Amino acid sequence: MVQVEKSIGVILQIGVVISATIIIIGLVIGLVTGDTGYPGQTFPTHLGPILTGVAQAKPVAIMMLGLFCLILTPVLRVVVSIYAFAKEHDHLYVIITSTVLVILAFAMILGYLDI
Amino acid sequence: MFHTIIVILLVGLLAGIVGSVLGLGGGIIVTPVLTLGFGLDIKYAIGASIIAVIATSSGATIAYVRDELLNLRVAMFLEIATTIGAIVGAVLVGIVHPGFLYVLFGLLLVFSGWNMYRKLRAGNEVLHQAEPDRMAQTLRLNSSYYDKALKQKIDYQVENIPAGFTIMLGAGLASGLLGIGSGAFKVAAMDTFMKMPLKPSSATSNLMMGVTAAASATVYFFNGSIKPEIAAPLAIGVLVGATLGSRLMQHLKPRWIRIIFIPIIVYTGLQMLLKGFGVNI
Repeated sequence: MVQVEKSIGVILQIGVVISATIIIIGLVIGLVTGDTGYPGQTFPTHLGPILTGVAQAKPVAIMMLGLFCLILTPVLRVVVSIYAFAKEHDHLYVIITSTVLVILAFAMILGYLDI
Repeated sequence: MFHTIIVILLVGLLAGIVGSVLGLGGGIIVTPVLTLGFGLDIKYAIGASIIAVIATSSGATIAYVRDELLNLRVAMFLEIATTIGAIVGAVLVGIVHPGFLYVLFGLLLVFSGWNMYRKLRAGNEVLHQAEPDRMAQTLRLNSSYYDKALKQKIDYQVENIPAGFTIMLGAGLASGLLGIGSGAFKVAAMDTFMKMPLKPSSATSNLMMGVTAAASATVYFFNGSIKPEIAAPLAIGVLVGATLGSRLMQHLKPRWIRIIFIPIIVYTGLQMLLKGFGVNI
């Protein structure tokens, strides 16, 4: 149990540090240049345009990438828990946690398809 | 631009502290400040609030994991209910009359507030039954935590799992349908119905909220409700606040957390009740 919790802590820490770093880079570039990199109030909302914007060092695109990483952190936490429970041979909780992941994936696909 | 970012950072800081201590999403602070204070469209306020929920959850959980305050099995088991509830809620938007739900959830919160008040008056944080709950034993939900304020290890048992599970379905339903973090319901389900002590309830609620919110956050992310200029500084503020708050919470006496929690839960409940009857405050 302690092992499961430790790995969750490590994953969350990595996720939080990475997302916060990306967001802060975006904020700093935005403040220095005083420009969002996009016309008016618009901003990219899909991964392709976001990555293109990041490659061009557009501050708003970098912020969106950081926010996306932040959203993925709890999902990653569920994935790591499955692995950690399996390592402890806790089959009941491997099943329970996998169920959560399947439901979550289903919800994210629904969200992505905008149903 | 600079001025706005600083103000939003501070709002995030406050929301992160309050959210991590009480096991709430912080939407209770973020949404009104952004809509009333900044005149932001409710759509963007909800998008920003869901980011605040995830940031609070991840930030606070790092500390709670290290100090073994959260009950991972309870969280995993109940997440089945909250995620299913959230999907059903998202699908039911536009089919069920929200007024009915607001009244139902409002009553539930007021009831929990009253129950917490009774617990406060009675003064006993932990319930000890001679006969442990059989379902809790099968699922291995009983656990213990070290209370830094009381300076002792506290063993606790979990009860009424079907009732807790049902309320969690409702909590998920509410977050999918009404766009709220529903941390108050999660804490109420564990504390009031499953008889868990308040500190592990709050820590576990924090952990669960991130997963429930991640599902709806992807919807908001791709449909453009998450405005980067608002959500980015807010996320940073909340992360710092949640880190501070999760340290602070462990040194607070459970009794004090309860005293702060009761007015908030009753206020949210009454606000929902009034909204159900068509009054906005």
